Amino acid sequence: MEPKAIFEAVKGKFGEAVVELQEEGFRPAFVVVSPESVREISLFLRDDPAMKFDSLMCLSGVDYKDRFAVAYHLHSLEIGHRIGVKAYLPREAPSLPSVDGVWPAANFQEREAFDLYGIVFPGSKDLRRILLPEDWVGYPLRKDYKYPEFYHGIKV
Amino acid sequence: MKARAEALPTQEMLINMGPQHPSTHGVLRVILRTDGEVVVNARPDVGYLHRALEKIGERVTYAQFMPFTDRLDYLASMNCNAAWAWTVEKLAGIEVPERAEYIRVIVCELNRISSHLIAFGSFTADMGAFTPFLYAIRERERINDLFEDICGNRLTYNYVRIGGVSADLPDRFLEKTKEFLDYFEPKIPEYNKLISYNKIFVHRLANVAAISGGEAVAYGLTGPNLRGSGVSFDLRRSEPYSVYPKLDFDVCVGTGERGTVGDCFDRYMVRINEMRESVKILRQAIAQIPGGPVMAKVPRAFKPPVGEVYFRAENPRGETGIYLISDGTVNPYRLKLRAPSFVTMNIFEKVTKGLMIADIVAVIGSFDIILPEIDR
Amino acid sequence: MMESLAVSLVNAVPALSGVPLWTMTLLVMVVVAAVVLTFALLYAGLATYVERKVAGDIQARIGPNRVGPLGLLQFLADGIKLLLKEDIIPAKADRFLFALAPYLVFIGSFAAFVVVPFGVGLIASDLNIGVYYVMAISSLVVVGVMLAGWSSNNKWALLGGMRAAAQIVSYEVPVGMALLPAVLIAGSLSLQDIVRSQGGLLGIFGWNLFHNPFTFVSFFLYYTAALAETNRTPFDIPEAESELVSGYHVEYSGIRFAFFFLAEYGDMFVVSALATACFLGGWHVPFLDAEALPVAWGNLFSLGVFLAKALGLVLLMMWIRWTLPRLRVDQLMRMSWKYLVPITFFNLLGVSLWLLVFHGKGIPRMIASLFG
Repeated sequence: MEPKAIFEAVKGKFGEAVVELQEEGFRPAFVVVSPESVREISLFLRDDPAMKFDSLMCLSGVDYKDRFAVAYHLHSLEIGHRIGVKAYLPREAPSLPSVDGVWPAANFQEREAFDLYGIVFPGSKDLRRILLPEDWVGYPLRKDYKYPEFYHGIKV
Repeated sequence: MKARAEALPTQEMLINMGPQHPSTHGVLRVILRTDGEVVVNARPDVGYLHRALEKIGERVTYAQFMPFTDRLDYLASMNCNAAWAWTVEKLAGIEVPERAEYIRVIVCELNRISSHLIAFGSFTADMGAFTPFLYAIRERERINDLFEDICGNRLTYNYVRIGGVSADLPDRFLEKTKEFLDYFEPKIPEYNKLISYNKIFVHRLANVAAISGGEAVAYGLTGPNLRGSGVSFDLRRSEPYSVYPKLDFDVCVGTGERGTVGDCFDRYMVRINEMRESVKILRQAIAQIPGGPVMAKVPRAFKPPVGEVYFRAENPRGETGIYLISDGTVNPYRLKLRAPSFVTMNIFEKVTKGLMIADIVAVIGSFDIILPEIDR
Repeated sequence: MMESLAVSLVNAVPALSGVPLWTMTLLVMVVVAAVVLTFALLYAGLATYVERKVAGDIQARIGPNRVGPLGLLQFLADGIKLLLKEDIIPAKADRFLFALAPYLVFIGSFAAFVVVPFGVGLIASDLNIGVYYVMAISSLVVVGVMLAGWSSNNKWALLGGMRAAAQIVSYEVPVGMALLPAVLIAGSLSLQDIVRSQGGLLGIFGWNLFHNPFTFVSFFLYYTAALAETNRTPFDIPEAESELVSGYHVEYSGIRFAFFFLAEYGDMFVVSALATACFLGGWHVPFLDAEALPVAWGNLFSLGVFLAKALGLVLLMMWIRWTLPRLRVDQLMRMSWKYLVPITFFNLLGVSLWLLVFHGKGIPRMIASLFG
């Protein structure tokens, strides 16, 4: 299925929750959705016989300076098509539903986004810091991150 | 009997496996909760080797990031180099000379063999047979010699460039590679005779931590781990890139030949068979490689257009995906490295429930994880 | 026996006649013990060298070749290094038991050398319960290993110690059962008597190995079970370097570690010597009867023969170690209780019936009597 067709299908089903299609300069193209509906749309994309996106290739947090985003790269082994799904989040208290119940593969990558961007995924099985120490202050991949001078009294 | 059990209370034991442990393949820490020898829960704790490669990537130029990809999966640096180059080329639409693409495929496949050799060797060493490890090292040494001829390095190559490769192949390289292949191909049946079908070895691996095909897909397993579960999916075949469409090879999948489909033995066997396929690819690539330049024209201050791209390459450990966002400057705006070992660790806690401590080692070895890639 | 030796010594050297007999006896005992211990240590040292050379050869590399000619003195260098290493006792360890454990293991392994029948007259003490003694004294190793695992206050060590205890205790059963046929045939528990019972018939067909089909099987059962009792690959799960780091001796360093190390090689020799004495005819070889030679030459010759056989078996152990992977702990237990124990029981029954039916005659002897 072409990105355009996927976008139309999702738009037809979810209406307002689907914001736009980012196609020019985006490979694969992104269907931009509202953060609250991510879980429902994910379930639809996974289970719909025309979609069958059974594999979550990659889940990434992004900091676009004015807002955050979570980008999902999906792939269907059965049909062989790909699509990106993106949800923009406000800078203040970024949060969107977890999809690890849809694709278990999401868990570690959501933890990573939480660890490095501070994006919260309510409903996650297990949301803890993963790469950084548990007591690390701040979210290093944010564009406005200030490097700490000391960590436990050790000069960084 | 019941009264006795109450009189003798038992207690679960909490053991730290790692970060310093001989068979966690690096600084992986697994928090084991065991009931005697039986593992109740094994929770992986990663991040001990975190070097913030993604943050570094935002501060260096596209070309400068190449040496960092060497450190992503140091047993398959060529593959990581090439994956980065392909991603940037896809983003910027750079046409790479055909000879360069062939050279990339040749070094990638050589590196795949050398990576699988280490996987095979360290896995058998984990199972208590130390000898195959040194056999694997012996063969890998010859690949390292070849790479040393190409770029002067034996572990972190930094050979591939955006737009091509850093230098053309040295004299007699292709002949030497052919000699190596003639030497190496008969070794694979030798390994099988030596260890693969050894009764003890099979008993240790068959039916251990079997992962069904559906589960493997849902948990994002890729590469040999996914194929070990019987899913015939190989990016070189399903989403062809570079010159792979011109090369003929089989996709090896787990068949459950000694137990269940998707058990440790299947994952192991897929790697052994893939080495044979890589030899096949290499022979074709050597026969087909055209002459010509090895580097496209790429400006020094390279600025790709604004855009976002996700590229994934079939590396020895699975799908190395790179999500790259460009804002039109010389530095990447955001680059996300989707490391196959990192995603694979997700399923670890699930498949290790109820196994023995010795099986944990088998599972880690059969996943063939590498820590710098998990922790980045 | 020591006393008679002392008496003959006093008779031979008149100058010693003033010394009380008990002093002389004690002196002889000490000297004999020193000789046996020196042999044991020298053997263990050289065995580590051979092991590394064998490993190197199997693994397509060279092995030690720097210290002395062909690297032969490597074991001395290693020994000195281990002696000079810091002796670390973990802060939370049980200091007394931690210090005691290596000695128990060492004693359990090397005390068994006392009854090894090296030659016609070369046996430190020909106990009339030789086989039984070896079985009993080598059980001391279990205690030492358990203590080491427990007192280290390390969970990996504890797991290793528990594994070792379970394994050694389990395999004691098949080891004992597999040795009994030889005892039955000889009608004695003394190792020297068992060796003597295997003479004649061209010096090779008298061996218990060829006595009847059951003893033939028994030898392999014994060797397998003994391999497990010495914690060697494929049964090295108590150490299991890749799982338990290195099991019960993970916290030991320096000379204390060396004791464990030497004990392992001592154990290898003891079980090989037992196999040689009980199944491979001890110092009997074809065409040459050591007992008919002059005493000095006979002893020397039989010593050579015995060592060749026993060390051959030790070499086989090394070969196996560098070839096979390791079993899992449940598989190991299953192998002992579900396969080895029943088979050795059946075998023992078979040998007993054979001895009853054929009046103690083995197949070779029956064939020989056919031809007169």
